[in-house]
Amino acid sequence: MQAMNYAFGGLGSVPFPPDVQEHLAGLDARTDDGGARHAEARDSALSLSSISLSFGGVVALTDIDISVRKGEIRAIIGPNGAGKSSLINVISGVYRPDRGHVRIGKNRYQQVPTQKLARLGIARTFQNLALFKGLSVLDNVVAGRAYTVRSTFLGQIAGLGRARREEADARDRAGRILDFLHLGHVSGRLAGTLPYGLQKRVELARALVAEPDILLLDEPMAGMTATEKNEMAGFVRAARDQYGTTVVLIEHDIGVVMGLSDRIAVLDYGRKIADGTPEEIRADQRVIDAYLGVASENEDGEGI
Amino acid sequence: MSDFDWLFFIEVLVGGLLSGVMYSLVAIGFVLIYKTSGVLNFAQGAMLLFAALTFVSLTERGVPFALAFAITFAIMVVIGIAIERTVLRPLTNKPPITLFMATLGLSYVIEGAAQLIWGTQVHGLDLGIEDLPFDVGGVFISQFDIFAAVVAAGMVAALSAFFRYTRIGLGFRAVADDQFAALAIGLRLPWIWATVWAAAGLVALVAGLLWGARVGVQFSLSLIVLKALPVLVLGGFDSILGAIVGGLLIGATEKLAEVYIGEYFGGGIEGWFAYVVALAFLLVRPSGLFGQKLVERV
Amino acid sequence: MSVLTADLPVSRSLPGWAGTAALLAVAYVAVPIFGTSYLFEAILLPFLALSLAGLGLNILTGYAGQVSLGSAAFMAVGAFAAFNFNLRVESLPLIASIALAGFAAAAIGLVFGLPSLRLKGFYLAVSTLAAQFFVQWALTKFSWFSNDSASGVIDAPPLSIAGVAFEGPVGRYLFSLTVVTVLTFLAYRLVISQTGRNFIAVRDNETAARIIGVPVLKTKLLAFAISSFIIGVAGVLWAFAYLRTVEPAGFNLDRSFQILFIVIIGGLASIRGAFFGAALIVVFPLVLSRLGSFLLGDIFDSGVLDMSQRIVLGTLIILFLILEPDGLVALWDRVRKRIGTGLRRS
Ligand SMILES: Nc1ncnc2c1ncn2[C@@H]1O[C@H](COP(=O)(O)OP(=O)(O)OP(=O)(O)O)[C@@H](O)[C@H]1O
Ligand SMILES: [Mg+2]
Repeated sequence: MQAMNYAFGGLGSVPFPPDVQEHLAGLDARTDDGGARHAEARDSALSLSSISLSFGGVVALTDIDISVRKGEIRAIIGPNGAGKSSLINVISGVYRPDRGHVRIGKNRYQQVPTQKLARLGIARTFQNLALFKGLSVLDNVVAGRAYTVRSTFLGQIAGLGRARREEADARDRAGRILDFLHLGHVSGRLAGTLPYGLQKRVELARALVAEPDILLLDEPMAGMTATEKNEMAGFVRAARDQYGTTVVLIEHDIGVVMGLSDRIAVLDYGRKIADGTPEEIRADQRVIDAYLGVASENEDGEGI
Repeated sequence: MSDFDWLFFIEVLVGGLLSGVMYSLVAIGFVLIYKTSGVLNFAQGAMLLFAALTFVSLTERGVPFALAFAITFAIMVVIGIAIERTVLRPLTNKPPITLFMATLGLSYVIEGAAQLIWGTQVHGLDLGIEDLPFDVGGVFISQFDIFAAVVAAGMVAALSAFFRYTRIGLGFRAVADDQFAALAIGLRLPWIWATVWAAAGLVALVAGLLWGARVGVQFSLSLIVLKALPVLVLGGFDSILGAIVGGLLIGATEKLAEVYIGEYFGGGIEGWFAYVVALAFLLVRPSGLFGQKLVERV
Repeated sequence: MSVLTADLPVSRSLPGWAGTAALLAVAYVAVPIFGTSYLFEAILLPFLALSLAGLGLNILTGYAGQVSLGSAAFMAVGAFAAFNFNLRVESLPLIASIALAGFAAAAIGLVFGLPSLRLKGFYLAVSTLAAQFFVQWALTKFSWFSNDSASGVIDAPPLSIAGVAFEGPVGRYLFSLTVVTVLTFLAYRLVISQTGRNFIAVRDNETAARIIGVPVLKTKLLAFAISSFIIGVAGVLWAFAYLRTVEPAGFNLDRSFQILFIVIIGGLASIRGAFFGAALIVVFPLVLSRLGSFLLGDIFDSGVLDMSQRIVLGTLIILFLILEPDGLVALWDRVRKRIGTGLRRS
């Protein structure tokens, strides 16, 4: 129910978790000129402006505007090939849009610098598993701290203080995340040998261990059983509630999406056809025509 | 620049282009297999050696040209199918680089077998074409080179026609475009693979004869693969047109470089020059001559 | 913690270290006492040099996933650099020459690793051939590298460190063994470090690695440099300790393939793999030649031996790729585990 409260909280009084609210209050104190536009800019963690993207002749995205507020769970839905993954790939700099730009915090980018993404506070998971198959589960998650490593390889070979501290810290955090996601019992296994559902969860762990401000999740529950999905939805919500993480979520399961998200954007053939709260989306005729009508037959997510 | 000898330049250029055709011919064998199964078949050079050695040994034992050609072709087809069955099929779905290493192992086996069966001595091969220079408006061109170029062109035309107009050829193109789709519409992949390996065997045979006539049939024939690789890098592993244009470019630049700048390096640069050209080109244009820019799917 | 031990709870605990210590004790004490000069000259010296080269390539190819077909070039750079440092810099200790040779190889490796920043897979593999041909050409062409010796073949300097001369087969063996042991230990430390993890991350999924903040370009270049350093030192051992001469011809494409085969047969992404692979590569031709002449007599001359070696080697590669892609190491561990459970049961 908490998710709904967020959604109906309205602009300017979004009930962020306490620490985030504190942070925002600090910002408010410093920039007191107010104004709706400034408030919007201040609250927005991420925004896309008139993004267009095509591959050869295939148009993947047309003139997309989407903004994501700090601390919200922002879902993106749409039929297969609608351009959802492309959107996340644009945000993470994997694809370069033909037009438009991405704003992350205060920075504006034509193409987001992927190698700096983690330092910009963004972590993501992938639609098709992108774990490091040859590493153990624990090492996969420890690798999620790669962006914090300052020690050189010589220091690491020699086992110097900084290298040791970094490694110990990373293992410590990874261990905690694994426990949080109930993955402790498989931490020693090679990631590639786990069942699909667990691999998806390890990916979430690898993203979370970086303690991102913004988390991009591309179909984190695809191919899962109903129980696994519920568990995963719980983790996503908990991540937001406990760490104040902003979440951009792509998911086909409408039930999950409606229950979990604060706002939903709907894509179809690369265009945004609707954007609003779950209630608004549920009532939107174009969405029903383009997507929900079909999707309701596929509540359990298979086949979409 | 007034004393620049243009006639000589053209002569070098044409010579280079013509030897480039010979590179293209080897490269096409790679492209055929790469297009259908995604394998960079390093053993193509060894197949070429095996074909040439078999052919020569047969003719030396008194087998007439046409019969020797037919027998060798049949053997190459059998070898090709055997390779596909025993080596590549068990490795389906393995990373391309694993398949590459398997063909590297294969090239050792074929080279070893070729010489174990037919011996290690150098054989001359006479195709009845004399390597006499031939005067075209003051530019001397080797008759043999022209013959080789015509054969190569004929080969390319025949292959193109085969893939454009026959059922199995069309299947080949379907497989090259999308293996799963091809499977889904009921194309029999094993047949197509067998055909492609047979075609690659034929290319190896023709290239082996031309190169064998040129440099003698001996072990070093299999090293011609090393000449074809930069051509492939330049033209793209999956484009027949790329193999042709790449071969011409590499052949021409290599000859020109050898003649005009080779002396500054103390000569002998042909071993690596082609690689440097191909690399330099790739660094500027990573998708090669004709490849379209692919964005990795995530 | 890496692939090396993740599936191997056995070797994680004390016995792993105890095993290594026991192995070193045998190598340092028992082998020098009981070994014949044939054992050193024909088996152990080439084995050590090739193991080290395999180890170097395994860091690049097995761990970091960048295929190289030009390893022999870096061996050559190492050998010639050590020769020239030793010759031209007066009173430079041998150990410093060797280290500098490693750095020279690393520098060249870095240059030829640059294409890896833009090229992948086959394209990269082919581009490493450029290193092979260019280096071999340069070393043959410019006689300065071989001190203008007419034949291009030069004698290696005697091995001595801090006044201790490592003479004779046993001395050279102990010298090689020490160098290999030290570098192997460092390589082991490397592959279990953050950097080693980055190597595997780049190999398994470059995009994901970049996104979590692994410095992909730096990591690749580092892999090239470290790998070339180790291979360069292996080249020094090959020339100075095993062959006792330095010549470009020995570092040809076949040698590069040989090192690649060592890694494939031994086991990709495994420290022990390089040693297993090198052992097989060194020993099998000797066995084959004994076996051949025993079974076939005079027909089995050097030509036939050479050809059958190629055939057997090629077949081995294919068989390993198909049946045991994780190499001899995986085979060994399975056998050991089976024996272990067998013993426990009885
Ligand atoms: N790397 C690429 N190269 C070529 N075309 C691409 C690439 N990535 C996406 N496309 C095309 O862009 C369009 C949008 O694809 P995208 O993967 O973004 O859809 P999606 O909404 O995520 O679909 P799904 O629900 O199936 O994951 C599709 O037509 C797809 O084929
Ligand atoms: Mg998608």
